Amino acid sequence: MGREYTTIKELTGPLMLVENVVDVGFEELVEIELSDGERRRGRVLEISSDAALVQLFERATDLGVEGARTKFLGRGIQLGVSEDIVGRVFDGWGKPRDGGEEIIPEKRLDIGGQPINPDARAYPREFIETGISAIDGLNTLSRGQKLPIFSGSGLPHVQLAAQIAKQAKVLGKEEEFAVVFAAMGITFEEGNFFISSFEESGAIEKATLFLNLADDPVIERIATPRMALTCAEYLAFEKDMHILVILIDMTNYAEALRELSAARREVPGRRGYPGYLYTDLATLYERAGRIKGKKGSITLIPILTMPDDDKTHPIPDLTGYITEGQIILQRSLHQKGIYPPINVLPSLSRLMDEAVGEGKTREDHRELSNQLYATYARGMEIRELALVMGEATLSDMDKKYLKFADEFEKNFVQQGENEDRSVKETLNIGWELLKIIPKPELKRVRDEWIEKYGKRKKE
Amino acid sequence: MQKGGIIKISGPLVVAKGIPDARMFDVVRVGKERLIGEILEIRGDFSSIQVYEETSGLKPGEEVESLYHPFSVELAPGLLGNIYDGIQRPLDLIRAKKGDFITRGIEMKAIDREKEWDFQPRVKIGDNVVPGDILGVVQETEIIEHRILVPIGIEGKVKEISSGKAKVENTIAVIETKKGEKSISMLQRWPVRKMRPYKEQLDATEPLITGQRVIDTFFPIAKGGTACIPGPFGSGKTVVQHQLSKWADAQVIVFVGCGERGNEMADVLRKFPQLKDPRTGRPLMQRTILIANTSNMPVAAREASIYTGITLAEYYRDMGYDVALMADSTSRWAEALREMSGRLEEMPGEEGYPAYLPSRLAEFYERAGKVICLGQDGREASLSAIGAVSPPGGDLSEPVTQATLRVVRVFWALVAELAYQRHFPAIHWLRSYSLYIDELAPYFTKEVASDWMELRKKAMALLQKEDELQETVRLVGLDVLSAQDRIAMETARSIREDFLQQFAFHEIDTYSPIKKQYLMLKLILDYYDLCINALDRGVSLDELISLPIREDIAKAKYIPSEDAEGKIGNLRQRLKEEISKLGSKE
Repeated sequence: MGREYTTIKELTGPLMLVENVVDVGFEELVEIELSDGERRRGRVLEISSDAALVQLFERATDLGVEGARTKFLGRGIQLGVSEDIVGRVFDGWGKPRDGGEEIIPEKRLDIGGQPINPDARAYPREFIETGISAIDGLNTLSRGQKLPIFSGSGLPHVQLAAQIAKQAKVLGKEEEFAVVFAAMGITFEEGNFFISSFEESGAIEKATLFLNLADDPVIERIATPRMALTCAEYLAFEKDMHILVILIDMTNYAEALRELSAARREVPGRRGYPGYLYTDLATLYERAGRIKGKKGSITLIPILTMPDDDKTHPIPDLTGYITEGQIILQRSLHQKGIYPPINVLPSLSRLMDEAVGEGKTREDHRELSNQLYATYARGMEIRELALVMGEATLSDMDKKYLKFADEFEKNFVQQGENEDRSVKETLNIGWELLKIIPKPELKRVRDEWIEKYGKRKKE
Repeated sequence: MQKGGIIKISGPLVVAKGIPDARMFDVVRVGKERLIGEILEIRGDFSSIQVYEETSGLKPGEEVESLYHPFSVELAPGLLGNIYDGIQRPLDLIRAKKGDFITRGIEMKAIDREKEWDFQPRVKIGDNVVPGDILGVVQETEIIEHRILVPIGIEGKVKEISSGKAKVENTIAVIETKKGEKSISMLQRWPVRKMRPYKEQLDATEPLITGQRVIDTFFPIAKGGTACIPGPFGSGKTVVQHQLSKWADAQVIVFVGCGERGNEMADVLRKFPQLKDPRTGRPLMQRTILIANTSNMPVAAREASIYTGITLAEYYRDMGYDVALMADSTSRWAEALREMSGRLEEMPGEEGYPAYLPSRLAEFYERAGKVICLGQDGREASLSAIGAVSPPGGDLSEPVTQATLRVVRVFWALVAELAYQRHFPAIHWLRSYSLYIDELAPYFTKEVASDWMELRKKAMALLQKEDELQETVRLVGLDVLSAQDRIAMETARSIREDFLQQFAFHEIDTYSPIKKQYLMLKLILDYYDLCINALDRGVSLDELISLPIREDIAKAKYIPSEDAEGKIGNLRQRLKEEISKLGSKE
């Protein structure tokens, strides 16, 4: 263990070839000491009998084939964890960034993690109230779910994520709850926004942050979310805590992966991303969940910016295939001044069905949300029609749907950045809005609920 | 024995030198932890191996040992109700032994060796048997009798046959063949990449009834048929797959979760034991085998999982059962193939997929079919294969979808727009097709109703017409349409909303027997015919459109199946009366 070599043979981009190595393992951690004593880190990406291909996590600047010493550490990348990890800020590599001491680890964990046995998984079915109507009402989040936010550059996903982190709770329960936050390549301002928003609400006491900012090493971004998830697994499955993990911005992560893949001259898949992007993303996202017989849980909200707002771009596309739904932010709503600009139509929570209903939210929730969806979808169709043919051609019924769509955006979707709506409030707003539409049109809610929650004056 | 040594490691690909007598597709054990792998390529003394487990920490120089047999599955009683990973390791036992996370180098037998089964012989000493003959049976679950067959390649006279309690490895029969005596146990093996033989393939004549109206009525799949469900994420592929594995009238179901979500497998594991098979009333799990290789489990095992699944399915087919295999999703399998191909530095084809992708897909779907099984009794059985496809960005022109469409005969097109409108199942009625319609027509006409085909055609024509009329409406408005066309539009809307839409989570609507499907469609088309007649008599359009009974038509889907005949019959009667009353007012 700890053998040193001075046999660097090639340096290309973030890759380094070291020759004549003995007894080096695949994915082993590497430390490179420059002639001036500076240390850099890397990982073994490919190993053959006498040469190791090493991926550098930092710049290759100043590194030459001579003078530097390469040390193989005989273990993979690890994160030292203990309960003191809560309330701290680290860099993307797990080093303290808040000026505090390094934590004294209870144990060191490989950041790669291991897949949860599907047989050990407990199905997520506990409702998490985020206080945001468009999510609670129509795209309900459950404990153990992975629900990404698809955003675009310039949209307020940072605010939305901070609001969720601040407000998320499970109804009627006081349990150990913490946020693990990993930033990959976001700007200093965005990073600061999170920290100050956590500080304001006091949530910082219950948060662990891993920050790789825009000017931090690109390749380090590949390790950052794994650090965060390893920390989350430790807290959730060993310390019985409920963890909300926020990963931002997955687009930067995927780009780091692409950079590495290009340097290795791999055959590219769609848009130059490596063919294993799906598998790679899955090994991150699938670390969320609940385990039978364990108290804790990991709920995951990855945030990504869709290049050119294109949902079919590989990053949102592959993410959507792995996660259990998606929350989509829409530029046109943002331009209308609606916050949060969530377009509920393409948004979806796959686990919603189990998380709502009697005893969880309210008995009418499922049908009401179906009705709101359908009505809004119809309203949007008519809005499009009106654009082409003019409002004058619309029937009276069409006009009602159009009005509903407008009011729905204004009163249901829109809310304040600090407004924490209970799910009951959310549902009541929904029923109030449905009064715009005549009763016989409401095919997806039973009369009983209309009578009980959406009672109208005689029409 | 002499062993080879690792010389290179790159992700799931390991190159080893000096494996004595290495053969293609032989299973090998790699390194100190004895990871499971398979030889993919041989060049001189070098073998490229795909490893089914995580390779981090593996070092050059570690040993590689060949087991000298291709990757095979174990076949014996005890398969049903189990959940396996992609290489047939039982996940529940792994959990019991290793904890909640899957670690490496686990060696685990697929079949419980200690369990005793009550073996009932079906042959006598002195009988002549050929491969595929039933030697005897054990009751594997309450609903499935497991038939022990004479293995392929063994033919001769029964010399010994046992009866009563036996473990899977015990000898239950001895057969005297030309090459000497062969002892046979209930435990048999079969290499997964090789199709299990049958006597003869037959034409499909019977539908696989799924209880899903859009499928059974409009785009049916035959027993022994092939189908694919491509669709963008969020369009409900998985729900359709789950619905099919719950309600399809196959006797055995193999569900392969290939590179998909862990929570979805958890959902299946939680629900299937509680759900009752509508025909037998027993828990669905008793007829189901699950293969789960979720997206975060090793990619090479994902590639194998599809083959593991279909081999198990073929085994039950050989016993004489109608088996259905669901694979969710074949795109993830193709991606695993692409990843290995890339690491082998093969010349890439379209979008980086290897050039042999279409032939591999075709080979897979060709293993489906309705057949006469081996053996002297000429029993018929079928294996239907239904694959989900996850096209990137919902773009159906991508290689996996295109290669699949060339080999399968049913196409259920899932459309995101329908899902946004909460139209489920989001199978588009104009874009989907089934090439089995003509072959199945005699069955439907005979077993369901003589006017079945006519009804179906008429409904389809109305939906087509609606699509054309909608163009007009979009350009010039609803008012220009004739009254007849308005009725056509209304009826088509009713077909879409009251017939095609089906709520998977509603206890009654989740499964619609074929007879009820027929009655519901007939009711809706009655409305159309009666309205057109009424218009001729001068009844006003508004009256017809706002008939109160239409609300009851919309709710017909919630009528319990056993009352369907009577209640829908009553509705038809009422509909007739109400419309004729309208006429008499004039």
